[in-house]
Amino acid sequence: MKVSSFKHGSHPAEFKEYTEHKTLEPLPIPEEVFIPVIQHIGAPCKPVVKVGDEVKTGQLIAESTGFVSSNIHSSITGKVKKIGDFPHPNGTKSPMIQIVAEGDEEWVKVHDHTEPWGEMSVEQLKKIIADAGIVGMGGAAFPTNVKVSPPRDKKIETFIINGCECEPYLTADHRMMVEQAKEMIEGTQILMKILDVEKAFIGIESNKPDAIEIMQKSTEHLPGITIIPLKVKYPQGAEKMLIKAVNKREVPAGSLPMDVGCVVNNVGTAIAVYEAVVKKIPSINRIVTVTGDAVTEPKNVIARIGTPFSKLIEFCGGLKPDTKKILMGGPMMGVAQYSLDVPVVKATSGILCLTKKSVPYREEFTCIVCGRCVHACPMFLVPTRIARAVEAGKFEMADELGIMNCIECGSCAYECPSNIPLVQRIRIGKNKIREMKNKKS
Amino acid sequence: MSEQNNPTENSLGRLVLSSSPHQNSNDDVKKIMRGVVLALLPAVVFSVYYFGLRSMLVIMTAIAACLVTEFLLKKLRNKKINEGSAVVTGLLLAMTLPPSIHLGYVVLGSVFAIGIGKEIFGGLGNNIFNPALLGRAFLQASFPVKMTTWTPTKLMVLDAKTFATPLGGFKFGENIIHNFSDYWNGLIMGNIGGCIGETSAAAIALGGFYLIVKRWSDWRIPVSYLLSVFVLGGIFWLINPAQYPDPVFHLFSGGLMLGAFFMATDMVTSPETKLGSWIFGIGCGFFLVLIRLFGGLPEGVMYSILLMNAITPLINRFTQPTVFGEVVK
Ligand code: SF4
Ligand code: SF4
Repeated sequence: MKVSSFKHGSHPAEFKEYTEHKTLEPLPIPEEVFIPVIQHIGAPCKPVVKVGDEVKTGQLIAESTGFVSSNIHSSITGKVKKIGDFPHPNGTKSPMIQIVAEGDEEWVKVHDHTEPWGEMSVEQLKKIIADAGIVGMGGAAFPTNVKVSPPRDKKIETFIINGCECEPYLTADHRMMVEQAKEMIEGTQILMKILDVEKAFIGIESNKPDAIEIMQKSTEHLPGITIIPLKVKYPQGAEKMLIKAVNKREVPAGSLPMDVGCVVNNVGTAIAVYEAVVKKIPSINRIVTVTGDAVTEPKNVIARIGTPFSKLIEFCGGLKPDTKKILMGGPMMGVAQYSLDVPVVKATSGILCLTKKSVPYREEFTCIVCGRCVHACPMFLVPTRIARAVEAGKFEMADELGIMNCIECGSCAYECPSNIPLVQRIRIGKNKIREMKNKKS
Repeated sequence: MSEQNNPTENSLGRLVLSSSPHQNSNDDVKKIMRGVVLALLPAVVFSVYYFGLRSMLVIMTAIAACLVTEFLLKKLRNKKINEGSAVVTGLLLAMTLPPSIHLGYVVLGSVFAIGIGKEIFGGLGNNIFNPALLGRAFLQASFPVKMTTWTPTKLMVLDAKTFATPLGGFKFGENIIHNFSDYWNGLIMGNIGGCIGETSAAAIALGGFYLIVKRWSDWRIPVSYLLSVFVLGGIFWLINPAQYPDPVFHLFSGGLMLGAFFMATDMVTSPETKLGSWIFGIGCGFFLVLIRLFGGLPEGVMYSILLMNAITPLINRFTQPTVFGEVVK
């Protein structure tokens, strides 16, 4: 098998065996959900329901307010109990709508077109995607309708579906490709129509041979869609690395994929598009890999947005007593949680629970200039020097060294034998530089 | 949200909050230091076999002196010692000394290696020169005769108490290597006079391979160093075989193996980029051959590496990678 890739990167242990062969399981409808009104990059949404209102599943409860914004829908049928601040998995308290389940489930459709999507116009399809509140399911949660609406002067030539799932432990995308291949391909075709492209590429890391095989089989009769097996290397699924691997283009520093004629969408996003257009269901579900050595029975769960983490973990048999760390996402880029009382949001690809054994204390040493972080950085930065500059307060120097190009993939810190928190320092530096630039302008 | 029998209740409050990434390659500096010591063991065993326990005494003295010096200097600056690099420095320094050396010099060299070689720059990671080589260079400069008085190995049948090393022999007119079996017994297996660690090329290379396989040293450096010595030495030999030694002799004599596998590869004092490693190795090879053939010194490994150490910051600057996407139009 010929496999493409990018330069540099790292090879973290994968730990996919916990869940890679576990069939998707729907979580029972929770008694209550907490739905954040900000779930995406961009402007917050305005609630359109009041406390005490009855809502149905799929009903619009918060409306997008700007161009880069995305609707929010109720994920269960019930009553609005409270609108206020609750803990969010990003570590802050954030405005949410609390809904308590009541009565039998009733649905609200996201559109009422009766014709098949082939007969709908591009504008109609885009409107459905926008109405359905679909955002990138890979983690960045960028509104999909914005992503598929490039300015007129930017011709899209390459459309890529991201099936890399390079984060260790996570298997949500993998299972979707295996179990929902048909839906995913149809979602891809809808997106191809919207983008007006003849060709689409589906990039899959070669550690998922079953997904590659099923995808190849289901696209045999579709000459426009090509499956591209990719080398197992972290961070293969980062947009810029994926584009480099698929068509050798480098997205210039500070630019977007559309600047080199590319659009990348995640596997989960393609399926969400299918569900919205064909099944008329807005974005209220999310596949979450609940995994790690602290989970009694790891699973791939289909959960309603807003379900507390604790419910998913309960569904997976609970936690082992020596649980030490809970993350939203994978181990390379995931966010540590202090509580399980946070809800599943549209960007929750996984809940990773680790025991003491997997979270050893690591003593920090001084940098021995081994160069491993340099060899690992997919953005070709020199992390050791950037981190030193930040520590010394030389932010301008850090900026010159390209700190703002860091995609925070974690490869450098993963490799560092001195256990230096490189990414943390880089983040501090980036924030500081952003502050400085804001002040100037 | 949390109910009475929430299975996670008992673990809350003890959760670790830290910044990503949450996974690590499980390699750390201490492990690397232990690895280097382990990699040097074959050479240590060989040296004891050839020179007797005396060489062990030199090694132990050097390590102890380095540890004590580091401890005192760190104490003075109120810093913690952690990584165990002083053991490596002591061991490496001892490997470059003649086994018969007076222990006082060993202590002196160790103090210099740690104090001037490392701590004055702010400790491990900030030093410019390989500390062990700097210690050795200091001894060489201060006591040139003591440093070049070699003991024959116990297996050599010679009357002389002191005699020249093969390389010294070549330099000063008496070639003692004549045929292949001389190569095999002497240079490769280590049955020759010389420093503690530069006798057996095979034992050194074994340890060197171990480090490379474990990713604890960059293979590019020994490969480019040895290759450039072989090629450059070979060119001179082809020009005039009578005057210049053959390239194989170059490879297996003196401290080249030790230097290439253990000294030049020191992470702190070698470049951080891959291209930089190639340049570094080739530079070492170039200077080594020049010093060996035209310099007034008996051996050039030490100086060739120290010279390249000095220009490493420069190499780093010139080989800094271009940020992804920066040149593409
Ligand atoms: S510097 Fe940034 S982009 Fe480079 S490896 Fe580290 S986290 Fe990834
Ligand atoms: S990996 Fe760590 S020790 Fe090595 S150069 Fe980078 S920061 Fe320094």
